Amino acid sequence: MRRVVLPELGEGIDKATVACWHCNIGDYVRKDDDLLEVVTDKATFNVAAPSEGIVKEILVPEGQEVKVGEVLAVLGTLDVQ
Amino acid sequence: MLQTQKDILCEIKDDGLIDYKKAYEIQKRYVQKVQQGHPSIIYVCEHPSVLTLGRSAMAEHILISPEELNERGIEVLPIDRGGDITLHAPGQLVIYPILDLQVFGKDLRAYLCKLEQVAIDLLNCFGIVAHRFDGKTGVWIGRKKIVSIGIGVRRWISYHGLAINVNTDLALFSMIKPCGMDVKMTSMAQIKRGIIDMNEVKKRVISNFCQAFGLTLKESGDDQGKFAVIESRLSERGLCLREGARHAKGCSP
Repeated sequence: MRRVVLPELGEGIDKATVACWHCNIGDYVRKDDDLLEVVTDKATFNVAAPSEGIVKEILVPEGQEVKVGEVLAVLGTLDVQ
Repeated sequence: MLQTQKDILCEIKDDGLIDYKKAYEIQKRYVQKVQQGHPSIIYVCEHPSVLTLGRSAMAEHILISPEELNERGIEVLPIDRGGDITLHAPGQLVIYPILDLQVFGKDLRAYLCKLEQVAIDLLNCFGIVAHRFDGKTGVWIGRKKIVSIGIGVRRWISYHGLAINVNTDLALFSMIKPCGMDVKMTSMAQIKRGIIDMNEVKKRVISNFCQAFGLTLKESGDDQGKFAVIESRLSERGLCLREGARHAKGCSP
């Protein structure tokens, strides 16, 4: 299992809003695939998959605010499937 | 520090007046190229009139009806940049820096701030004193806005960027509530009371941009003539800054 968290986006930015998900539960994703887009005041930022795997959980709905470090999704390893 | 022509760090692409959607597709291709290790690209252009809706845009910030927009041939495009609604039109210089922000500290706010500074310095070159407005990204002259900024970032590669009103027809902004605010827009032409030479603005802003980000322009066939002056000026100064050094080939400390 691999947790996908909101990364550090820069000094003074401690949260962002989930704009949209590019994946669904059950999808196979490769490392660095875009999983979701978050938005801060004047920037959008695509959060990429930290490894390949299957999307097991999507924990934050579109439109919800998240904090830096918060878990957004969980990826399962391929052999678990 | 010595700088040689082999130091390829940044390319300029100037498409003149180009349809927004075409330019967006080009931006996406450039993002892929930079992801694959291509030098940074500064993509400059102007767009025929179009309204774009950033991720924070609200429909009520368009102040005219869909029928009127249709009659005037103005499209409304939802796009993946930060910010609210904005208008692009001929006479507005749009700059899309495609940069690997991992080289510049992975800091969205610092990057936005640097874009503001590039625009402030540009305006200063034309004798226009501009400033930031606390909590409102962009560049301002008094209470009027002259530069709008909104970016997108994918795998730490930046796209979208800044829109500088050079000779923009300001009446067009009456169609929208720019950036969702009750704000008046202005332009360099309005401040200077005369049409501004767009090519001069491009040269200056590219020069300022490269200095601010420590980029050295790549020598390339199609842009060589147009930007020769900037190239030679940068070479004379021997720019090979901390950030650029990671990409520089043959760059001696």
